[in-house]
Amino acid sequence: MFSDLISPAIVNLIVSSTLETLYMVAIAALIGTLAGLPLGIFLATSGKGELFEAVTVNRVLGLVVNATRSTPFIILVIAIIPFTRLVAGTSIGTTAAIVPLSIAAAPFIARIVEAAVREVDQGLVEASLAMGATPLQIVRKVLIPEALPGLVLGVTLSVVSLLSNSAMVGAVGGGGLGDLGIRYGYQRFMPEVMLIVVVVLIVLVQSVQSLGETLAKKVNRRLRRH
Amino acid sequence: MMLQNASASTLPPALFRDLADAMPMATGEAFRTAGAPGKAPGNGQGRDDTAGGASIVLRNVSKTFPARGADAAVTALEDISLEIPRGEIYGIIGRSGAGKSTLIRTINGLERPTGGEVIVDGVIVNRLDEAALRAERRKIGMIFQHFNLLSSRSAFDNVALPLELSGLSRAAIRTRVERLLDLVGLADKRDRYPVELSGGQKQRVGIARALATDPKVLLSDEATSALDPETTRSILALLARVNAELGVTIVLITHEMAVIKEICHRVGVIEAGRIIEEGPVAEVFAHPRTATARSFIGSLPGREIPATLAGRLRDDPAGARQSVLRLTLTGEAASQPLVTRLARELGIDIALLGGQIDSIGALPFALLYVGVPTQAWASGAVGAALDAAGARTEVIGHVL
Repeated sequence: MFSDLISPAIVNLIVSSTLETLYMVAIAALIGTLAGLPLGIFLATSGKGELFEAVTVNRVLGLVVNATRSTPFIILVIAIIPFTRLVAGTSIGTTAAIVPLSIAAAPFIARIVEAAVREVDQGLVEASLAMGATPLQIVRKVLIPEALPGLVLGVTLSVVSLLSNSAMVGAVGGGGLGDLGIRYGYQRFMPEVMLIVVVVLIVLVQSVQSLGETLAKKVNRRLRRH
Repeated sequence: MMLQNASASTLPPALFRDLADAMPMATGEAFRTAGAPGKAPGNGQGRDDTAGGASIVLRNVSKTFPARGADAAVTALEDISLEIPRGEIYGIIGRSGAGKSTLIRTINGLERPTGGEVIVDGVIVNRLDEAALRAERRKIGMIFQHFNLLSSRSAFDNVALPLELSGLSRAAIRTRVERLLDLVGLADKRDRYPVELSGGQKQRVGIARALATDPKVLLSDEATSALDPETTRSILALLARVNAELGVTIVLITHEMAVIKEICHRVGVIEAGRIIEEGPVAEVFAHPRTATARSFIGSLPGREIPATLAGRLRDDPAGARQSVLRLTLTGEAASQPLVTRLARELGIDIALLGGQIDSIGALPFALLYVGVPTQAWASGAVGAALDAAGARTEVIGHVL
């Protein structure tokens, strides 16, 4: 019965849109993490009396992060079109959409990383300093491993939020599931397509969340296991 | 020293020589061949004694935290001078906020004094730049009240951390960490994570970690304050053993006189950022000069005036039947048959009301609350006899 409603062409569209979404989200999550992780660690360690004390830089970066985070994603997408063209060579299409997605993800991830790193007991930093550790050693050997469960959960959260943002890049020809839902489900009056898009998104979010939680539990050594 | 419970497992004599061999040349230099078992503490062999034979010297150390917003500047340390000889266990006792935490942190440069000098093994710690300070810190181990172990690392990997930081090879780390875990009695817990260890076990891991780079000094920041009395004793015994067998100078801070009494050679009493009293533990116990020292000593079990007595004491001897005395006896005086002799010679009855008989280090020590007939006390006969016996006598009241 379902196959009567959904033509093979639509099935193909759904599959290719899902792949587009996965492609955009995966690359944007990667770039967002690569940028957000060091940024978040710096934000968490550059306050007064901290490892990399740089109060002014900390404040300026904090402002930039907040500004990016308060810009609605759809506006960000359009506002940075010149930059997107510079980086991706074009401002239209799935690959180009990765640019605004990454730019929105990085400060989001940075704040989550900052929170996770700040959760690490200051006593551990003191103990490492007492051992003669350099600030970079403390980041690598203490802060990141100790914050890891929080970091994994944070990246999970970011991926989920990227999935939601990726629905908006249809505005610049980004493709993906959200675009499919709008163009077919809404504009062409095909509610069944809309439904399938939503179901696929729910499955994706659920899978990402479960994977993230499992991973976070696995790296969390504060839990008793015996 | 109270080492009986620890003496069952002694250190393998060759421990630190082997460990030194396992180190690369550059860091190997920092490993002493001294500190073999049975060696007298304080006998640092072939080392330069620019600090006048002392391992740690504080000269006029002050620390003022600058005013911040509405808060006025805080003077945490004021003109502190101390000399801690190599191989000594030095205890600093004080209430919270007295400055003991700040004081111990100046020794490894976690706090920079605003005045004075901190000299560890001839090196002026507070004048070192960051890189030199890091190198110096590797020679100074530290343990903490809340252990400060990495929850993401097993016991083995926690002890390995300082060695990883100094760039030791995997194989060398392995040999060394296993010996250290053996030393603290946790060989069977090497793969356990901190969450799976008891407080005492965590502190043992902390001690192993602090000793990993073969430090000359071990700083103990309230290391037993989060532990129960029995565990405290076993951790203190381990520290005493580390001191006796490895020759490590230990500086500990605490608010418990029991810790001082159990393992320290000397004690400094800190109050409001100043060392107000200082000396060998037995001496401070026998003749405390400040009210703070007396109150710390008084807080030990058996040292307070017995509760049943306290309510009935009066200052006025008129009409009283019995006078209550506090006798402090140290050394020889504590070992003699004082009470029975007094009773026989003066023909009086003596009531034993409370007290404690103990030893501090090797020194017998007794604190007794006794009741004597007020008449006999008033005549001066009892006082004279007690003086002759070497007891320090205080009248604490009279009972009807």
